Amino acid sequence: MSFQELKYRNIGEINYKKIEIKAYPKSGWEAFKQVMNRTFSVELFKGLGIVFGRMNEALFKDKMHTVQYPIEQLPISPRYRAVHKLLGLLESGTNRCIGCGLCEKICISNCIKMDTVYDKNQRKEVVEYSINLGRCIFCGYCAEVCPELAIVHGGRYENASEQRAHFVLVDDLLTPIDQLKNQVEFDGFGAVSPDADKKIKKTPLAY
Amino acid sequence: MDNEILMTIVKVVIILAVFSALAGFTTYIERKVLAFMQRRLGPMHVGPYGLLQIAADGIKLFTKEDFIPQFANKPIFMIAPVITAATAFIAMTAVPFVPGVIVSDINVGVLFVLGAMASGLYGPLLAGMAQANKWGLLGGARTAIQLLSYEIITGLSLLAPIMLVGSLSLIDMNNYQAGGVSHWMMWTQPVAFILFLIAGFAETNRTPFDLLEHEAEVVAGYATEYSGMRWGMFFIGEYANLFTISFLAAIIFMGGFNDLWFIPGAIAIILKVMFLIFFFLWTRAAWPHVRPDQLMWLCWKVLLPIALVNVVITGLVAMV
Repeated sequence: MSFQELKYRNIGEINYKKIEIKAYPKSGWEAFKQVMNRTFSVELFKGLGIVFGRMNEALFKDKMHTVQYPIEQLPISPRYRAVHKLLGLLESGTNRCIGCGLCEKICISNCIKMDTVYDKNQRKEVVEYSINLGRCIFCGYCAEVCPELAIVHGGRYENASEQRAHFVLVDDLLTPIDQLKNQVEFDGFGAVSPDADKKIKKTPLAY
Repeated sequence: MDNEILMTIVKVVIILAVFSALAGFTTYIERKVLAFMQRRLGPMHVGPYGLLQIAADGIKLFTKEDFIPQFANKPIFMIAPVITAATAFIAMTAVPFVPGVIVSDINVGVLFVLGAMASGLYGPLLAGMAQANKWGLLGGARTAIQLLSYEIITGLSLLAPIMLVGSLSLIDMNNYQAGGVSHWMMWTQPVAFILFLIAGFAETNRTPFDLLEHEAEVVAGYATEYSGMRWGMFFIGEYANLFTISFLAAIIFMGGFNDLWFIPGAIAIILKVMFLIFFFLWTRAAWPHVRPDQLMWLCWKVLLPIALVNVVITGLVAMV
């Protein structure tokens, strides 16, 4: 692709149909001639024909435009990033989050809140984690800063709700345990390596 | 005698019920046809293929608040929709719908139907003037100019067929064309047929001439302040007028309820009316509006001379 082509690649100038606008009638006689032309060249019936053709296409040639949204959905781009997902650990299904608090710190709209405690082994445990989607501006900083790739942006875009409380349900964000094998991993620092399946083994309970 | 009165009442009730229901159903058909012509689906969610949309709309109209504006002229505001609906149905009394179904075969049928339909113009006019709303007033003014002007075209265009038939009764008009398709009045009176259709569009307030409640210009015109069933009555009246005009066109110009080849007359006229109704919806999807001044220009400077010339030529031909 040449530079010119690259520069104008989104402009459909080639496909534009320019409408020919004839000069307006100047005298009464010209106006009369125009009316006669338009009346007897059956332009109105050409219009009817076009519309009937559209109906024929829609009904019998499967060119209906309507998408009945909640029942059928259009596919979205795989690069689309919308509502957060909390990825689970492949082994146990629990949240992959290590409770470092970076996402909470970096969040510019202050919509991430987390509560951590030390468990009896002095390991950090996340007891509460919530993203207020009503405040979130989807800047993507949390996903970028997460060292474990625990929080990512997924493709879910239907986040309308009747109650604000629904915007913070962590259960909706965390991958359910039966969906773990379908969990899509994203490349990046901290991502699961391609040969992770071979390396995976039970965590030894006693050291 | 009592039996006759009873029969008339039964006929009236049946016609009233059928055409009120058809008026509602036509709104559904209209939405569907318009949607298909724009490659949409139209109403789909209420009932199978949206068929119960009429019921939903009806429930909505009946349960909506009957609102009367503070400065409106109350009695006139309240009675105006009734005039539209009533005159539309009164006009149907002299129309033979299918063979044998006519409320009263009066010998001035055409005159009566046109007169009753023309008096329907008081509905929108009074509604527009009574509601203390500028959009309503504009809509009312447009009603006056549009319906009044096109009444003349309807009358003059029908004059030529009446001269040929020699009777004002719609049944006589129908019997005049009994000889099959080649005897249809639209072949001997094509100009009158086209003029009548154009005037019919204007009188039923359909798209190329729907200036009375053209949203983009006058919000809802004469119906701006109306809600609920009063608004609904305007539209029942409008769709009833649509059916009356279609039946008139079918009876006077398209062979009426005479048998068509192998098709029995009753079905033939229903098919013709269905086609005409579809044509009304079809033009709504395809054709643009005209401006009020273009409407007046078309009526007085184009259609009226053509109608007069048509009447004169018909008279000359009939004399010779």
